[in-house]
Amino acid sequence: MIRARKLSKRFGDKRVLEGLELDVPKGGFVLVTGPNGSGKTTLLRLCAGLAAPTAGELEIDAPRGAIGFLAHEPLVYRELTALENLDLYGRLYRIPERRERCGAMLERFGLWRSRDERAGTFSRGMLQRLAICRAFLHDPDLLLLDEPFDGLDTEGAKMLYGKLAEHGCTALVATHDPKSLAIQATARVALA
Amino acid sequence: MSGYAADVAALARKDLLLELRSRDTLPAMLLFVVSALTVFHFALPEDSSARAETGLLWIAIVFTALLGLTRAFAPEREDGLLDGLVLAPCDRSAIWAGKTIGVMAFLVLAELVALPAFALFFHSLSWELVAAIALADVGIAAIGTLLAAIAAASRARELLLPLLFLPLAIPVVIGGVGASVAANPGSFLGFLGLYDAVFAILSWASFEYVITE
Repeated sequence: MIRARKLSKRFGDKRVLEGLELDVPKGGFVLVTGPNGSGKTTLLRLCAGLAAPTAGELEIDAPRGAIGFLAHEPLVYRELTALENLDLYGRLYRIPERRERCGAMLERFGLWRSRDERAGTFSRGMLQRLAICRAFLHDPDLLLLDEPFDGLDTEGAKMLYGKLAEHGCTALVATHDPKSLAIQATARVALA
Repeated sequence: MSGYAADVAALARKDLLLELRSRDTLPAMLLFVVSALTVFHFALPEDSSARAETGLLWIAIVFTALLGLTRAFAPEREDGLLDGLVLAPCDRSAIWAGKTIGVMAFLVLAELVALPAFALFFHSLSWELVAAIALADVGIAAIGTLLAAIAAASRARELLLPLLFLPLAIPVVIGGVGASVAANPGSFLGFLGLYDAVFAILSWASFEYVITE
């Protein structure tokens, strides 16, 4: 589903990725590890189509609308409520029975009671839960998750484990804590 | 409603809702345009020509629009939200169209205050002036939104946007003042209509390349 050959990315003179070879088969759950600045986030952004490689080839066998992307930033509008944020994305992804789907996701991640509260009033953990709802909202075929457990409490982490196990799609997950996802992982890529 | 129109409507509605709640942009635009007209009222001599007065109104409108445009992509820029919108499967030009509608709505609201203030301070409004302003709003919002997206990606955005926008606003001022004071306003209104069409099509077609790396 993801195939990278001699993939490189530079920002000016700074080399972030150099000659990366990567194969993620359909259904694969690949962990990307490495120290800060090793290019984990850049790799996810390249796979999402949010950045262009400097050199090399990158093939993603998933259309733009079939990618679920969880970034460092929650990618939600702080002046909109949790429900309004999901509803906006639901409209743009043309999700059938959008309202029900948004409600179900908020319920699943323990945000239903806060559905009419503005995202700007949320704690870091609640924002991460909302970002997870957004990333999973359209049932993506390919998940690109950047430190998905950041900010989550034990309960939130359990919810995410459950969702990942149930969803079962192809996933590329950047993490500092590979042990936490070792059971699900089918492969691991270490960036230097 | 077609898929594209529904996307544009959802994005425009989002921008209007954000402004309704944050009140970051519109109050500043209103305050600025009224202040500018007040300053012009006291700065101009009493026997100034209608052409000079109308020219100052257009200057106030262009700079008020610039003020709104500097904030156009602020929510997306501050929280990296453009990534979320760009990833959605909708046509990326819908992001431009939705934002353009929002920018135009704020500009029209500012003008609803500015035009009565102008009539009070200077002279009465003609239909040619109102028609020229309506046409100019479309062009200003269309090209301004594209330039605001370009500037938003730059670190020197506050500097870059006026440098890009003001030269392209010169034809709007020429057409607007011409339509307001010339004996044959039709040709100037036609010029503004052509400006709208050309820059709206250019902006619509090139937006995708502007927001992707």
